[in-house]
Order: sequence, then C-alpha cells, then structure tokens
Amino acid sequence: MIFVYIIAGIAGGLIGGMGMGGGTLLIPLLTIFCGVEQHIAQAVNLIAFVPMSIVAIIIHAKNHLIKGAYFPWIAIPATVVGIAASFLARNLDGKILGKCFGFFLIALGIYQLICAIVAMVKNKKEKGER
Amino acid sequence: MEKLFTMKKGVKNAIMIAGGLTVGFANGFFGGGGGMLCVPLLDKALGEKTKISHATAMLIILPISIASAVTYVVNGYFDLRITLFTGIGVIVGGIIGALLLKKLDSGVVGIIFALLMVAAGIKQAFF
Repeated sequence: MIFVYIIAGIAGGLIGGMGMGGGTLLIPLLTIFCGVEQHIAQAVNLIAFVPMSIVAIIIHAKNHLIKGAYFPWIAIPATVVGIAASFLARNLDGKILGKCFGFFLIALGIYQLICAIVAMVKNKKEKGER
Repeated sequence: MEKLFTMKKGVKNAIMIAGGLTVGFANGFFGGGGGMLCVPLLDKALGEKTKISHATAMLIILPISIASAVTYVVNGYFDLRITLFTGIGVIVGGIIGALLLKKLDSGVVGIIFALLMVAAGIKQAFF
C-alpha cells in the first residue's frame, strides 16, 4: 500500500510540477484508487504540496516571476474564508463532501479542457503564420 | 499588463477580494483546487502575464493551504503514514514534472489531464 501512496503522490506532483492543478488530481487518486476517506485525502493534499510549493516559490522569486502587490488583497480574504470553509467541511459526511468535490472536479476539468484546446489552436495558428 | 493600469483601482480591488473569497472557499472546503482558480483570476480577470500568474498563484495559495491544513489536523483529519508517503511522491513527481515541462507538449498533457479530471469527477459525483 505504501507504494500506491507514493505512486499517487508522484502522479499528483508530476501534474503540479507542470503548473497544472496537481492537488485536484491527487485527491481523487487517493479516494478512488487507495480508498482513503475524503476528509483525510483533502488534508493529505493540503500538507503534501507545502514543501514543493516553498521550493517552487523560492525559484520563481529568484526569477522575478512573483508580484507581491496581489498578495494581501487576495491572500488575506482567501485565508479567512479558507479556514471557515475547512470548518464547514468538517461537519459534512465524507460521502457527501466527495460528491460535492466530484462536481467541482467536473467544472474544473471542463474549464481546463477548453483552455487546453484554445491554447492548442492558438499555437497551431502561430506556427502556421511563421 | 496594460489592463492592470487602465483598470480602475476600486474595480481591481473588488475583483481581487471577491476572487480571494472564491479561491479561499474552494481551497478550504475541497482541500485543493485553489490554484486552478487563482491562475485565471490573475491572468484572465486581472490581465496579468501567464508566467507571473502561475508563480504568484503559488505564493497566494501557500498561506491558505497551511491555514486549512492546520484546521483539518485540529479537527482530527490526519494520517501520518499516507501524508508522509504521498508527500515523498509529490516531491519526486514535482521535480520530474518541472523537468518534463520543457520537453513535453503541454497542450496534449493538458487535454489528457482535463479528461482525467472530468472522469474522476463523474466517478466521485455519481457512483
């Protein structure tokens, strides 16, 4: 079972490292393939990406890719609501939370699909013009 | 970039706060996915460059994730074994992913990833 967790982590990290939502993939991998309870899977995801994020942030900061001006305006309201939402999730049954998460995944997946297709068409056009 | 300066300050601030509330809710309630909302908030809604949006989103998500993680752990949702082994996997995968990014066609990977998400979502929502 240890290896299944490591493999799930690698798959999530791989997508995360490529700049796509790795966590949104890691949670269903843990619940669907490893049978992990929804709340636990969510907690694992929140913690597991922290070390990788810190390293990535340091690299991005060195490359001057981080704009601090956005930080207080977005992160402060987000953190306050994030804590409140975590308490809200606590009171929900894991199965119901899992279903809600499923709908969230479908919406994100469709959005991601549209973005990927638009980017692909744009790339092809640019290549054609060259 | 230009959009950032032409947009009225009040409007911009309102978008940032409203966006922050949405990102925070998703990240706390679902334990993830905040980054996937924060990137379009920065590049689509606020007109920031794509690379800067991706990097800045990571910084914004970090305190939300830590605060949410603490809340989950305090509420008793924690498993050391799973967290440890998955965490090791995430670090290994993250390094491979960052290296692959330069070599692979991210468009194809993006489409595969999106389809996987929809499939996993259907499984979680309906079965």
